[in-house]
Amino acid sequence: MTRKASGLKAWALQRVTAIYIGVFALYLLFALMFDNPSSYPAWIQWFAHPIMGIATLVFIVSILLHAWVGVRDVIIDYIKPIAIRAPLLALIALSLLACALWASQSLILVRLI
Amino acid sequence: MNNLKQRPVHLNLMKIRLPIGGIMSIIHRATGIVMFLAVPWLIYLLDLSLISEQGYQDAISLLHSPIGVLMLFALMWSLIHHLLAGIRYLLIDIDIGVEKLIARKTAWLVTLLAPPLGLALTWGLL
Repeated sequence: MTRKASGLKAWALQRVTAIYIGVFALYLLFALMFDNPSSYPAWIQWFAHPIMGIATLVFIVSILLHAWVGVRDVIIDYIKPIAIRAPLLALIALSLLACALWASQSLILVRLI
Repeated sequence: MNNLKQRPVHLNLMKIRLPIGGIMSIIHRATGIVMFLAVPWLIYLLDLSLISEQGYQDAISLLHSPIGVLMLFALMWSLIHHLLAGIRYLLIDIDIGVEKLIARKTAWLVTLLAPPLGLALTWGLL
């Protein structure tokens, strides 16, 4: 991951994911404010829709990648000793992966309700 | 070489005078970290709200608790600052707003607009 997401590739990845996250976050906020699914059945129906489910999964994976590139840059800038930096990066990568799988699990389960 | 060593070094944060672009940039980083730390909390809320009717009600009361409102406001402020600063960076990438005076004005705009917009979003969501 570290070598694959370095330099120009990381720069491009950060911008592509930024645009998707920005657009989808605005959609989510507007939907929640102006067309609020204000009951449990309406709420799960929203996320159980196939297009919404996939779009949300892409959103979550985009956040995972975007956060990885961003947090890695911050850690490389401020944490110099490799004995701390390397395990910390590994911990963050695993945590992000766990979060993405956790969210995916919820979004898949909601389609089975 | 001697000259280099004798130059004053002000690493004291109270003495460094950053231009507004630098301050906006640091907040861009800080807000990124804030949102990164909030990811597990948001997924927890999503998971809880989807799993059952009771969970849905619990998630809503969590969001309306004092700590929930505070976290939501921190998140919305972070999101808006990060988003506006990000759009500013993307425009600078394509040579829009690079000129120093304009860049300073847009940096002020991002930094000052984010808290009230974050507050408005928090209000709108609750």
